Amino acid sequence: MSVLEIRNLHAAVEDREILKGVNLTLRTGEIHALMGPNGSGKSTLAYVIAGHPHYEVTEGDILLDGESILDLEPDERCKKGIFLAFQYPVAVPGVSVANFLRTAVSNVRGYTSRPVDAEGRSGVIGSNLMPMREFRKELNEKMKEFNVDPSFARRYLNDGFSGGEKKRTEVLQMAMLQPKFAILDESDSGLDIDALRVVADGINKLATPDRGFLLITHYQRILNYVKPHYVSIFYDGRIVMTGGPEVAHMLEEKGYSWVEREFGEAVTA
Amino acid sequence: MATHADREALKGVKEEYEYGFHDEIEPVFKTERGLSHDVIDKISDQKNEPQWMREFRHQALDIFFSKPLPTWGADLSGINFDEIVYYVRPTEKQGRSWDEVPESIKRTFDRLGIPEAERKFLAGVGAQYDSEVIYHSLREEWERQGVIFLDMDSGLREHEDIVREYFATVIPAADNKFAALNSAVWSGGSFVYVPKGVHVDIPLQAYFRINAENMGQFERTLIIVEEGASVHYVEGCTAPIYSSNSLHSAVVEIIVKKNARCRYTTIQNWSTDVYNLVTKRAVAYEGATMEWIDGNLGSKVTMKYPAVYMMGPKAHGEILSIAFAGRGQHQDAGGKVIHAAPYTSSKIVSKSISKDGGRASYRGLLRVAKGAHHSKSNVVCDALLLDEYSRSDTYPYIEIEEEQVSVGHEASVSKIGEEQLFYLMSRGIGEDEAAAMIVGGFIEPLVKELPMEYAVEMNRLIQLQMEGTIG
Repeated sequence: MSVLEIRNLHAAVEDREILKGVNLTLRTGEIHALMGPNGSGKSTLAYVIAGHPHYEVTEGDILLDGESILDLEPDERCKKGIFLAFQYPVAVPGVSVANFLRTAVSNVRGYTSRPVDAEGRSGVIGSNLMPMREFRKELNEKMKEFNVDPSFARRYLNDGFSGGEKKRTEVLQMAMLQPKFAILDESDSGLDIDALRVVADGINKLATPDRGFLLITHYQRILNYVKPHYVSIFYDGRIVMTGGPEVAHMLEEKGYSWVEREFGEAVTA
Repeated sequence: MATHADREALKGVKEEYEYGFHDEIEPVFKTERGLSHDVIDKISDQKNEPQWMREFRHQALDIFFSKPLPTWGADLSGINFDEIVYYVRPTEKQGRSWDEVPESIKRTFDRLGIPEAERKFLAGVGAQYDSEVIYHSLREEWERQGVIFLDMDSGLREHEDIVREYFATVIPAADNKFAALNSAVWSGGSFVYVPKGVHVDIPLQAYFRINAENMGQFERTLIIVEEGASVHYVEGCTAPIYSSNSLHSAVVEIIVKKNARCRYTTIQNWSTDVYNLVTKRAVAYEGATMEWIDGNLGSKVTMKYPAVYMMGPKAHGEILSIAFAGRGQHQDAGGKVIHAAPYTSSKIVSKSISKDGGRASYRGLLRVAKGAHHSKSNVVCDALLLDEYSRSDTYPYIEIEEEQVSVGHEASVSKIGEEQLFYLMSRGIGEDEAAAMIVGGFIEPLVKELPMEYAVEMNRLIQLQMEGTIG
């Protein structure tokens, strides 16, 4: 079992504090939903875990199986098993999904760090990737399993993709990279009901005992399809309440204005 | 990505590269330094040329002397014309052995995946790229079809009548100072003739004919595509060219007759001390199509603007160019399209990348002459800056003398986005590789037009150029 532990995490952007002491422990096999109003800092938390250079951690720590990951570059964090599904996946024109994924998978699975010959040479550029045939086979299987049209392999990454296509591609990437911990940043936002089902179905397929999920969402509706073990309420840069699935139902009933009334004063006090 | 040891090795390569890696060959003949009519006579004597070519050279030299250096474009004040050896006839055997080639150079070849046979030539071990086996079978096929593909010196010897008819008709010696220089001292280059209606399916690669003569500094290429014929000519290679000469000034002339097609692809990667000043021009007659695909990676200074003159109705011209300017480099490149007949169409797509203080300029001319009504042209130039020290400029010249035309021009400058880098890195891809990927994507629309092996090498080269440059 692996553990991702966030301890008293404070983070700022240009001297403005956004995370104000987040504490959260996520174990493999768990799905932990993090719900909160817009602007509460949920996405910042996701970015900070993944290592976005824009944010400065001013206090606290993030530990993966007891070791701090704060000094690691985003690519190194990914190699350690952390995956962020973006709320707004970035387009990279001219780079095909297949080419991108082959490079990513080759890095994460260690192909690229192996020398190609006994003398330790790195060989021809590109020769230390996962073998093409093996990769194609796996990609085709995964595309089928996660309802992504095979034509996506040749399309340029997120370039001209609809909102739903982008989010499905994020799930496909997660399926290929097989992380230990996946942080899903509003993977449900902007999706119609069919697209939401496909994405939720993908998450459920990947929710195996060896993987933990932090499911960041504004709305309760994805929780009709993905059943969390824990639900936390995030407000003004910290977690203000944690419980079981009943917390989500309560939120649905009372709305975020209740959160504000309940925790607003405490926070500003 | 690259390990520390790798980076060290690559640094070594870059240093070697900057000094230009070359060997001491034992030439059987070379002219003294500098230019004179005496030097011209010596070149002509050596080549045993017809009188008309000798006279052409002499006239061109006078034109060269009379013209000032261009005052626009890149800074050319560093060229010392008196220090240059204008003609060296190489021997077939060269002194260096493969064992003497520095390890760092061998590594670069390894990283780029340059085939064994080519490495020896590129490293100055062999004088001739050993491709005779492939070349033989192709040559038989070409000969059966009446296609001529020779180096320019042999072309002049064996097909003097054709050469005389077309030589310097597209680019006269007086066109510009460097065309005049080339006309005076040219040596090597290719001569291609495709008879009426013949379609050459496999690209003609200068590589098949590569030898020290071709790789010269003043090569001269002439391509004639007769009515309804088609050909794709490919020159250059992505491997670094280690030249002992600091000036490369070529002339390429192409005649594309009625309903014929020609595509000319160049990938050049000169060492970073070379001035690369090339004049390339094609005339396209009725219904003909001419396409230039031009990639400029190395050199200290490049000035190159492939041109298409559309002389007949419905002629079509296309220029796709990529320029990569690194430290100390100025790539002043672009294209010229001249619409001289009605219903002609053209497209220019230029992509440039600047990094480490390099400068890439797009300089283009779009001219629609009186009478070229219903002409269409579209110009797109995109620049990618990899840091704030680098520079990109656009100089689009547009001259329209006709009413009913459709002309479009778009230009963009972008930077490698922090968000793109973070996205790729969050998928386990290291920073350099991620940046290389973004750059590769930026030029992908042009790279996909290259023959496969060149496209593959081009992507590797971009990656090599990007290693160890960010962060």
